[in-house]
Amino acid sequence: MTEPLVRASGLTKRFGDFTAVDDVDFVVNPGEVFGFLGPNGAGKSSTMKMIGAVSPVTAGNLTVFGLDPEADGARIRARLGSVPQDNLLDTELTVFENLFIYGRYFDLPKAVIRERIDELLAFAHLEERRDDLVDPLSGGMKRRLTIARALINQPDLILLDEPTTGLDPQARHALWDRLYRLKRQGVTLIITTHYMDEAEQLCDRLVVMDNGKIVAEGSPRSLIGRFATRDVVELRFSLDMQPAESELEGLAKRIESLPDRTLLYTDNADATLVDLTERSLAIESTIVRRSTLEDVFLRLTGRSLID
Amino acid sequence: MAVPGSLLFVERNARVYRRTWRGSVISTFLNPILYLLAMGLGLGTLVDDGGGATQLDVDYLTYLAPGLLAAATMMTAAGESMYPVMAGMKWNKYYHDALATPLSIRDLVVGHFGWLAARILFTAVVFTGVMASFGTISLVKAPLLIIPSVLGGLAFAGPITAYAAQLKNESGLAAVFRFVITPLFLFSGTFFPIEELPDWMEPFAYATPLWHAVDLTRSVALGIPTTLDPVIHYAVLVGFLIAGGFVADRYFHKRLRV
Repeated sequence: MTEPLVRASGLTKRFGDFTAVDDVDFVVNPGEVFGFLGPNGAGKSSTMKMIGAVSPVTAGNLTVFGLDPEADGARIRARLGSVPQDNLLDTELTVFENLFIYGRYFDLPKAVIRERIDELLAFAHLEERRDDLVDPLSGGMKRRLTIARALINQPDLILLDEPTTGLDPQARHALWDRLYRLKRQGVTLIITTHYMDEAEQLCDRLVVMDNGKIVAEGSPRSLIGRFATRDVVELRFSLDMQPAESELEGLAKRIESLPDRTLLYTDNADATLVDLTERSLAIESTIVRRSTLEDVFLRLTGRSLID
Repeated sequence: MAVPGSLLFVERNARVYRRTWRGSVISTFLNPILYLLAMGLGLGTLVDDGGGATQLDVDYLTYLAPGLLAAATMMTAAGESMYPVMAGMKWNKYYHDALATPLSIRDLVVGHFGWLAARILFTAVVFTGVMASFGTISLVKAPLLIIPSVLGGLAFAGPITAYAAQLKNESGLAAVFRFVITPLFLFSGTFFPIEELPDWMEPFAYATPLWHAVDLTRSVALGIPTTLDPVIHYAVLVGFLIAGGFVADRYFHKRLRV
């Protein structure tokens, strides 16, 4: 068993009276894609900043590459690639200049940086925009540039904080494709997200965070297996026609009533649908789908992941 | 050999300046010429004809020029201590960006002042060049003005950087020019000897770095003795730089290490 890249035990971050990260334990192993899934304010970004050796640990233990971020911050950061939530690009400069200056921060020789920039621009599909200013680039392009920039030092570990938030579906898929490619090259990725589909697509293993605590841990499949059923039947009712709970009883293993819809958790959607037709309910629409991490989150916290 | 992080940060600022210098070139090159023309030659003619030249022992243009030099480095220092710091902390957050790399907060602080010194030096060199072309100083003596004027600028850079580093929003930036830079520019001996001020105002001039810088540059330019012992003048300037730099470092850490 190889030594984990990141090991946290009792990790805590407080801002004054507010506890953002509350006594969490996790390890991230080399080569895996590890995710922090949770709603805004769950403590994901604070955890990332501590791993990134930019934010001091309040309490507990944290090692990154076996080093202490407090004492060896610069050595840790030299081997990290960081993709912060807001892109933090220098909008007054060109695409090339942004990459070049960032490379110089790592004290890389200029010739090496130039060579890598050519590769990274191809990777990020930004060759045509090399000498354009950053400001007019689209959101997806800026995101790809930020990821390319994080790769300039050929990091062993990349931290991606909400990599696709605010992107349209096409840009998201283009970005996921890039992240897959990195994974295949053996780079370890740590991702925070509040999109369950993103976590399912990308993560080998993830922890679900809520209010600064880790509430569950596992692979997306195992979490769904443990905390949800195979299928979900989503029912929408006509206005004010929401049936009483007793009317739905026995239809599914578990029933969750949300303000706008009712979720029936079942291992056999077909059977549930047959049962449904036998009860005369004012159903407006029915959707049958597989369980997702959203359902896991709902089960664990009683709340929806995205408001 | 590893390059110190602070130097890499200076390099970053130089690269950004290479792209954005056009915006500041007018103020660097044109302002000295305009001021020397308007104040030195225009107003100076009146002053000299009105007996000023005898009282000052030298024509007004020659008297004024070293004062304006010290004021010019102050202006550069003030601008470069505020907007880039505000941008780094808040606007485009390039400080946060740099801190995700091996650079440390101390590297940013030292690099900031290092780059400021270069910018102030550039202003001082251009200004003394313009002074020489106006004939107010010989080319031999001109380089001697560099040290006191650059130090004068840096004396402002320290406290103003500290001020900007803790500023929550940009409205506080204009206040510095309105309530500090402009009054000092007018009343610190740039345009006339502070002995001409009402007695109660003189101690204020003593307390500001600009008067010390003006006194030093003028004494070098005109070959006259300084008002106080030059060691005191230099000590005040260095003191402002070091005290300001120390407080700035504290604020940088407080703000960026959360």
